[in-house]
Amino acid sequence: MTARVRKDYQQARWNEPIVYELSLPGARGVLVPEPEPEVQAAAGDVLKALPAGMARKELPNLPEVSQKHVLAHYLHLSQETLGSNITNDISEGTCTMKYNPRINETLVQDPRFCELHPDQDEDTVQGILEIYHRFAKIIKEVSGMDDVTFQPGGGNHAVYTAASTVRAYWMAKGQLAQRNEIITTIFSHPCDAAAPATAGFKVITLYPDKQGVPDIEALKAAVSEHTAAIFMTNPEDLGIFNPRVDEFVKIVHAAGGLCFYDQANANAFLGVARAAEAGFDMCHFNVHKTFGTPHGGEGPANGAFCCRKELSQFLPVPRVEYDGKKYFLNSNYPNSIGKVRDFMGTACVILKAYAWTMMMGADGLRECADISVINNNYMLAQLEHVKGLDYAFRGNGIKRQEQARYTWEQLKKDTGVGTDDVNNRIADYGIEHYWTSHHPWVIPEPMTLEPCETYSIDDLDEYCAVIKRISDEAYADPDFIKAAPHVSASHRRANDAALDDPAQWAVTWRAYLKKHPR
Amino acid sequence: MAGLSEKVYPYIANSAPELKKRMLDAIGLKSADDIFAEIPEHLRYGKQLNVPKPLLSEYELRRHVEGLLAKNHFAGEYLSFLGAGTWQHYVPAVVDTIIERDEFLTAYVGDAYADHGKFQAMFEMASQVGELVDMDVVNTPTYDWANAIAIACRMTARMNGRKQILVAETMSPARFAVVKNYCLPDIAVEKVAFDPKTGLMDLGDLKAKLSDKTSAVYFENPSYLGFIESQGEEIAKLAHAQGAELIVGVDPSSLGVLTPPVRYGADITVGDLQPLGIHMQWGGGLAGFIATRDEPKYVAEYPSLLFGLTETTKEGEYGFGQVYYERTSYASRERGKDFIGTTTALYGIATAVYLSLMGPQGMRDLGVGILQRLHFATKELAKLPGVKVPVLSAPGFKEVLVNFDGTGLKVSEINHKLLEHHIFGGKDLSREFPALGQSALFAFTEVHQKDDIMKLVLALDEVLTHAPAMA
Repeated sequence: MTARVRKDYQQARWNEPIVYELSLPGARGVLVPEPEPEVQAAAGDVLKALPAGMARKELPNLPEVSQKHVLAHYLHLSQETLGSNITNDISEGTCTMKYNPRINETLVQDPRFCELHPDQDEDTVQGILEIYHRFAKIIKEVSGMDDVTFQPGGGNHAVYTAASTVRAYWMAKGQLAQRNEIITTIFSHPCDAAAPATAGFKVITLYPDKQGVPDIEALKAAVSEHTAAIFMTNPEDLGIFNPRVDEFVKIVHAAGGLCFYDQANANAFLGVARAAEAGFDMCHFNVHKTFGTPHGGEGPANGAFCCRKELSQFLPVPRVEYDGKKYFLNSNYPNSIGKVRDFMGTACVILKAYAWTMMMGADGLRECADISVINNNYMLAQLEHVKGLDYAFRGNGIKRQEQARYTWEQLKKDTGVGTDDVNNRIADYGIEHYWTSHHPWVIPEPMTLEPCETYSIDDLDEYCAVIKRISDEAYADPDFIKAAPHVSASHRRANDAALDDPAQWAVTWRAYLKKHPR
Repeated sequence: MAGLSEKVYPYIANSAPELKKRMLDAIGLKSADDIFAEIPEHLRYGKQLNVPKPLLSEYELRRHVEGLLAKNHFAGEYLSFLGAGTWQHYVPAVVDTIIERDEFLTAYVGDAYADHGKFQAMFEMASQVGELVDMDVVNTPTYDWANAIAIACRMTARMNGRKQILVAETMSPARFAVVKNYCLPDIAVEKVAFDPKTGLMDLGDLKAKLSDKTSAVYFENPSYLGFIESQGEEIAKLAHAQGAELIVGVDPSSLGVLTPPVRYGADITVGDLQPLGIHMQWGGGLAGFIATRDEPKYVAEYPSLLFGLTETTKEGEYGFGQVYYERTSYASRERGKDFIGTTTALYGIATAVYLSLMGPQGMRDLGVGILQRLHFATKELAKLPGVKVPVLSAPGFKEVLVNFDGTGLKVSEINHKLLEHHIFGGKDLSREFPALGQSALFAFTEVHQKDDIMKLVLALDEVLTHAPAMA
C-alpha cells in the first residue's frame, strides 16, 4: 500500500472571534432600499401608528459590521469546516456522502426557480410542476411503489409521514386503539423508533440474531393483533442484506400489520432490489443522499415517501398531477393526513435530484450501486488487517454490501484509545470525523464507513492508510491520540459535561455573557 | 452485462473500466453481482429501470433543465404581491456567496473540531435570532414555521401534561393542518374565534375555552391575515392564570420595529427564517425557529440540536458542542423528545450572514420601510371603486387584506387578469376564509418601489373598470 497520506495537513485555524466581537459602532453591512419621499410622506409616522406597546423601543442588539468584514468572517468559518466536496468523506456511514455536482447549484440559482412564489398561478409554474411530476415517475420506478409525496423535509420527516399514514389507515378502520404497536429493529435508524413514538405508537425493538440480521423468531413473538406496522431498514447499518426480508413482511402482513421500508440507505440498490419485490407497503428515500444533492450541514433536505395505491388516499396535500395538457396541484383528497410541511416541500432538493438522475440514467444508477458495493468490499479487505480493528459479525460468511460497521474494541483494550479518540485524530489528516453509530452502540467502539461510488481507488487507499497509521500511533503513543485533534480548526473541548450543565451551557452569545462574565 | 458498463461517469471515479477491473481483481471477484448474490434471486429486480434516457454531458443536461425552467415565470420578471408564508425579500449577494461555499453546502454531521466553522455559524444564527426575539435559547431550525409551532405544542404538552392547544382562528390554515397532524393522536387543537371587525382574538371565546386542561395558547403576530395582535398581554395573563403556556409566532422581519413577544408574555416564540436571507424557491426556502428562556424545563423539551459555546484545552480558544444531547432521539431513540434528523441548517447559516449584514439599523430600516409601503399602498388601493381595504381595522405590518366583493369580480378572476399585466396579485383567501368574502392578501416588502405599487393600482383599476356590471 503506497497511498498518499496528508501527513503535514493543517486545517485553517483563524481563532475567529464571535461576530459580536467584530462589531464597531455605526458600521453597516448592507443598506436597505428607502421608500421614495412621496411614499414616506403619505405614510406619515408609521411607528407612532402602531398599536400601544407594539413598537419596539430599542434597536435589536445585532452586530454592526461592514460588508467586507462580514464576508471575511464567514469565509473564515467556511474554511474551518469540511464538506464532502472538499474531502475524502468516506466517513459518513449510513449517510452516503457523495459528490454534489456544481451544475445543479447553478440550476437552483436560476431566478426562474429560486424566485418562484408557491402561490403563483399554476400557469406560471408549469416548469417546476413538470419537474416534480417527472421526478415522481422516476421515484415510483426506483421503488416499485404506486405513489409518492415530496412534502417531507427530510428522511426522518418522511418516516414520520409514514407513521402518520399508518395512524390514518388504522383510524379509518376504527382500530387505532387496538393497533397501537410499531415494531422496529435496533440497527434501523433511531427515527424508525422515535417517529412512530411521536405519532403515538408503542415501540417494540428487535435485536439481531447470531448472523447479524434481525431475529425472525423475535419478530414472530412480537407480532399480534396490536401490531400496526413494522418500520425496518435493509441492509441495516451493518451492511448485511437480510435475505429473509420478504418473510418478515409476510409475518407482519399475516398479523394484519403494514410494512414500511426505511430506504435512507438505498444507494447501493438502485436498480438491484426494490421495496415492491420484497412486498413492502411503503418506503422512503433520503433524496438528499441517494440522489446526489448536498446535505447543507444538516439540511435543507427532502424525504420522498412512497406507498402502494391502497394507501395513497392518505398522502399529504397538495399533490402534483397532470391532466394530459397541464400540470396542477390537487388538494381534493378528503382522507389525506393533511400536511406535514407548508407548501410543496424543499423544491431545490427535488430540482437537483432530478438533474442528477437525468445525468445518470438507468445504467448510471446501476453503476452507482455496483461501484458502491465493490468499493466497500475493497476497503473491507484492506481494513480487516489493521491491528486493533475488527468488524461486526465477522466470519458469518455474508458479504457486506454498501457499508460496514467496524469496532475498535481491541484497540481500546490494548491501548485505552477508543473510537472517539480515533475519530478526533482522523481529522488531523484532512478527513472528516467518521460516523460511529447511533445510540445505543450495541457494537462496542464502533466506526461506520460507507465508500460510495464517488470515491476513487486512491481515496480508498488513502483512507485505509490513515486508519492503519492511527492504529500504529495508538499502540506507540496512546496519550497523543487521546489528546487529538492536534491540527484541526479547534482543539478538544475541555469539559464536555459543561454542555449538559444548565449553569454553564450557552446556546446564544447573550446567554454566554450572562453565565461566563468576562 | 450488469456491472461492466463501458460508460465512464464523471461523478463515479471507479467507473473507468481499468479502475473497476483493478478493484475487482484486488478482491477476487468478477463483478458486483458476486456481492449482490447475497440478495435472493426473487428479491432482485431483474430488469433495467424504466427511467428517461440519460443526458450524459453537462451541457445537454443544462439545456434540458433550463428548457423546463423556461416554462416558469418568476417574481422579478412579474411584479409579485404574494406573501402568506413565503415572501419576496432581497437576498444580499454575500449571503449567496457564503451558503454556496462547498465547505458549508456539502458539510454534514461532523464534530466541532473539523466542522468548527459550521458550529460557530449556527451558534451565531441562534445568537442573533435570540436578540431579535429577546430570548436566550434558539434551536437549529426545523423544517418550517408550521413544524416549529407543532414541536412547541408538544413541548408544552410534555411540560404540563395537558392535552389541549388553543390557537387563533386567524392562524395560517396550512400551518394549522401541520400542527393538527403533529398533535395526533392525543392532543386536541381548537380554534379561538376572532373579532370580524378588527381581526383581533375574541377574548370572550378564549376565556370560555381556557381551562386547567389547556396546555398552550398560540397566536401569530403579525397574524396570517396581516394585522398586528395588540392584546398579547391580556392573552398571556389569561393563559398563565390557567397555568397554560403562551406560544407566539412571528415574522422576524418585523422585529426591528415590533415588540418581541416575550415582552408581552410569550413563553415560546416561533417563526420562519425565510424572510432573513433565503430565496423563496417555490416555498422550499422555509426554516422554522423555536426560542425560549434559558430554563432547564424548556431546554429539556427541545427535540432539536442545540449548538453551545464552550472552552477547549487551549486557553482562550472557543470550542463548540451539542448541548444536552441526551434529550434527542439520536441519543435516546423512542425515549428522546419527538424525533430529530436533517432539517434546514444551511438556511440557518444564511440567516446568520443576513443579520450580520443588516445590523440593528438595517432591521429597523427594513421594518419602517415596509410599514411605509404598506400604508401608502393601502391608501392608494382604497381609492379604487368597489375595493375595501383594509378589511380588518387593526393595523398591519407587511400584508393587508383587500376585499373585492363590491366589484362583482372574484379574486381568481382579478388575479387572472392581473397576469396579463405581468402581476402576481395577492393570495386568494376565499377558500381558506370564506367569511371574508372575495378577499386577497397583498404583501409589500422592501423590493417594492413606488412605481411598482402604482403599476398594481393602475392595473387593478383597468381590470375593475372593464369588469361586468356589479352584482
